[in-house]
Amino acid sequence: MSQITLQNITKRFGTVTALNNVSFEVKHAEFFVLLGPTGAGKTTTLRIIAGLTKQDAGSVAFDGQPVDTLPPADRDVAFVFQQYSLYPTMTVYENLAFPLRAPLRRMKEEEIRKRVTETAEVLRISHLLQRKTARLSGGEMQRVSIGRAIVRNPRVYLMDEPLSNLDAKLREALRVELSHLQRTQGSTTLFVTHDQIEALTMADRIGVLNHGCIVQVGTPEDIYDRPATTFVAQLVGSPKINLLNAATDGGVITIMDSDVHLPACELCTDPANLPCEFILGIRPEDVRPDPAGLFAGEIALTEPLGVETLLHIRIGRQTLVSTVPGISPLSRGESVRFGIVRERLHFFDRTTGVRFSE
Amino acid sequence: MAEIELRQVAKKFGDLWAVKPMDLTIYDGEFVALLGPSGCGKTTTLRMISGLEAVTEGRIFINGKDVTWLSASQRDIAFVFQFFALYPQMTVRQNIAFPLESQGMKRAEINQRVAEVVKLLEIGHLLQRKPPALSGGDKQRVALARSLVRKPACFLMDEPLGALDAEFREVMRAEIKRLHLAQHATTVYVTHDQVEAMAMGDRIVVMSAAEVQQIGTPAQVYHDPANLFVANFIGSPGMNLVPGKYVGDEVHLRGGSVYPTPPAWRPTLAARWQRDDVIVGFRPEAAQVSETGAIRGMVYASDLHGSYTMLHVSLNGELRPNGNGEDTIVHIRARRDVHYVIGSLVRFDLNPEMVRFFDPESEKAIAKEVRG
Amino acid sequence: MASTRVEHAFSRVGPGFAVVESVRVDQITPRARLGITARLILSIIIAFVMLIPVLWMAMTAFKARPDATASPPKVIFVPSLDGFIGLFTNRTQLSAAALAEQQQRTDLNFWERQTLARGMRILGPSKFVSQLSNSLIIAISSTILAVTLGLLSAYAFSRYDIPGKRDWLFFILSTRMLPAVVVTIPIFLMYRAVGLYDTHVGMILLYTVFNLSFSVWLLKGFIDEIPIEYEEAALVDGYSRLQAFRKIVLPQCVTGIAATAVFCLIFAWNEYAFALMLTSEKARTAPPAIPANLGIGGIEWHVIAAGSMLFLIPVVIVTFALRQYLLRGVTFGAIRQ
Repeated sequence: MSQITLQNITKRFGTVTALNNVSFEVKHAEFFVLLGPTGAGKTTTLRIIAGLTKQDAGSVAFDGQPVDTLPPADRDVAFVFQQYSLYPTMTVYENLAFPLRAPLRRMKEEEIRKRVTETAEVLRISHLLQRKTARLSGGEMQRVSIGRAIVRNPRVYLMDEPLSNLDAKLREALRVELSHLQRTQGSTTLFVTHDQIEALTMADRIGVLNHGCIVQVGTPEDIYDRPATTFVAQLVGSPKINLLNAATDGGVITIMDSDVHLPACELCTDPANLPCEFILGIRPEDVRPDPAGLFAGEIALTEPLGVETLLHIRIGRQTLVSTVPGISPLSRGESVRFGIVRERLHFFDRTTGVRFSE
Repeated sequence: MAEIELRQVAKKFGDLWAVKPMDLTIYDGEFVALLGPSGCGKTTTLRMISGLEAVTEGRIFINGKDVTWLSASQRDIAFVFQFFALYPQMTVRQNIAFPLESQGMKRAEINQRVAEVVKLLEIGHLLQRKPPALSGGDKQRVALARSLVRKPACFLMDEPLGALDAEFREVMRAEIKRLHLAQHATTVYVTHDQVEAMAMGDRIVVMSAAEVQQIGTPAQVYHDPANLFVANFIGSPGMNLVPGKYVGDEVHLRGGSVYPTPPAWRPTLAARWQRDDVIVGFRPEAAQVSETGAIRGMVYASDLHGSYTMLHVSLNGELRPNGNGEDTIVHIRARRDVHYVIGSLVRFDLNPEMVRFFDPESEKAIAKEVRG
Repeated sequence: MASTRVEHAFSRVGPGFAVVESVRVDQITPRARLGITARLILSIIIAFVMLIPVLWMAMTAFKARPDATASPPKVIFVPSLDGFIGLFTNRTQLSAAALAEQQQRTDLNFWERQTLARGMRILGPSKFVSQLSNSLIIAISSTILAVTLGLLSAYAFSRYDIPGKRDWLFFILSTRMLPAVVVTIPIFLMYRAVGLYDTHVGMILLYTVFNLSFSVWLLKGFIDEIPIEYEEAALVDGYSRLQAFRKIVLPQCVTGIAATAVFCLIFAWNEYAFALMLTSEKARTAPPAIPANLGIGGIEWHVIAAGSMLFLIPVVIVTFALRQYLLRGVTFGAIRQ
């Protein structure tokens, strides 16, 4: 068993509040991703859990035991940094053995060798063991960093954007590796990232952080399908969700500055709960070109990405982005009919950006 | 407006080829993306077109005129840099007007030109501010405005979105494309991001290791990559590439599955009588999970991508791929409402229209023979 | 490789960076080659001019006394070890009778015969060896102290939030700002009062204090360059601060330590003014002692030259052995700003 509980963590740097009353729990064997833009307080949270930074208020507990007074060495966590965490003066083997040689562990050299060899095998870096770390590629370095974390079999893994310095192809490959590793080893992992794809693809649960506050905690499906605020809605999903000003008079929802009028029946939400003006969110995949569609617009721009094409559809003075599979034959200036999947619309408050519950 | 032609243009640094001899014609009004990993020579190519770098071999023509030995300022081009390159002590307005003032243009005309680009880029509200006070996206808008205001014959852009946050990048990508559509100025755009190149380029020049790998439209490089490099580099994830042996209308894939080849390909594959090894390539969306699928594997990992799920399937039938067998994990795009547990068995078929074959030795795509 | 260099160069284009027309590095014109050759010759000439005093000193060290003071100076001369004999021994001028008597002896060694040829007799060894060893002890000890203390405080300044950090750092630097000679008299009085005058400990302390500000600043720069993530990784891995420092920081700043040590060593080795004021017999170092070779009948230039040359050799060896560290130490601030 190892779980992490954060209770009302607050941290200020001078006059800036980095974390404001942050509470959440990472369950045993869970892959928890903390997602947020730069400066949201993600790394600070991680460092407080590791004991590298002291919080001003609140408490961190592992398995219900507060660890606030323990130094980092005694917390038995493994930290994977964004970069720089391999010691350049040591070989890969020495790097992997380093945590095991810590005085408080007093491990026999034989045992160390066994653990290092096993770890190297799991991560497929056995052939690199005798190399100096300065001569590794980016992907290999990050593999060794992860190796240095798992070699110890710690209570929890803390990962601070370990993939963000790698190129796109490597990032994809390591994402799959990490996700596989975590699931097969069943380790409790707290992973910090600003990349929504990493969060969606790897997490069991995601915590969205903005300006030092937790905005939403939920499974990837929750976050994607039921974003709590417009901020979360925009943060997750690529291409971004369409957010439009809309109004309703009870029976019909009208997107402003356009001639899109949606009959309110068949909606997921009772229109009676909605104020007369609000923000309507439509995911690009829910805008579907369809010859029998209710609405007509003009293609303003097409972006063929290969697996899908982004269509920017101009309707009135609004532009809706739609994704269609494959490379679309439609081109700019063509008029197109499209439909909107009404069961998956999102409604947000116009001033606070908070979702109206269904 | 301009047409740019490169004839056997090459660049060497000492003994190292930075760009091997390449031919490329960029037509008037076209948007061409130079795409490749860092160090592939794409930026050097752009610099040679601009005149900031001298060619070692070959000639460059703009509108049929040989400009090989003209300096950058004589070529009537505009350059957009990754790092904005705005003058911090001047206001946005002064920054935009700067290239015109240096030409000694009349005040009235400068005002008119500035007003035009300001309207086009919708940056009217920023004119009196200074660059350090702007967001990344706005800085790049101003940088674009400054290069537009001169009305150059062509635009050369070197990863203009590279320094922006992800959230601005998507917006600016559409904006640059919109701008190009409005102006129709010949544009050469350097990027290492295949998404950008696909989304923006009329044509894409894929480069690697100082060499051009393929020149084609987004659809061509995506569906018909010329070689293994392009197949893997384009797409996220890249094309699945599974080695196998061609035996009697079937490919015995590494990992043990037997894939019956689409009939349309059989004559072509059979004609390679001297060789039986082949690499089967297919995009993640070309695979359809089905109970009766010919190819089987074990789920290695599965992850949600928002509107769909990506399945990572080990064809070896075991969860620990062997040392050099990274290729035997294939990626399959599946519906998001079905959950796959790690270790469960899946079977899938391939859309015959979307399967490609490659020669493992030359690494080139095998062209399908068309029978009349 | 080539194109990463290019991309780097490219990023430097923009305001503040002139757009330089590119040079075809693969085609150096004959004219450019001539320029390179001319520059090479010029630098050789300049280097030669700069080295003349050193060369002259080396030549003088091997001259006999009349050659050393000859005017016009002799460039070609018969080499002699007179200077070195003078340096290491105390001699006395012999009367004609004593000289004749000495010349009868057959048990004289090489050095004694050489001395006798100049009409002198060796009385015993001079103090030069003990002065050299004083220099060595004082310089090495103070260097070790300055670097050790400097490293610890530099680490603290680099890694911890110390209240008034900037003021402290400035204060440390400010000790370098006044000319050292200004404080010689007060220090002389203080040292006499507490019994540190003419002691090794006194000199070691003094040089350590003088080198400390320099060593703190230089080492802080080096430690700042080592990413803190390394130590934090070690902390999380189960090591204490001190262990992390020893295992991670120390191996990575060997370069910085070497550079700092060389600078400290050179300062302590060469220091003249304090040594002259604060030592007399027991702890006298070589720098004030060498020019004091007044000898019999005027300044013995060849002896002084011999002493200076011997004194120079250790510094030359150390500097040469650690030259790449030194260069890094010198260019360090320039790169980091």
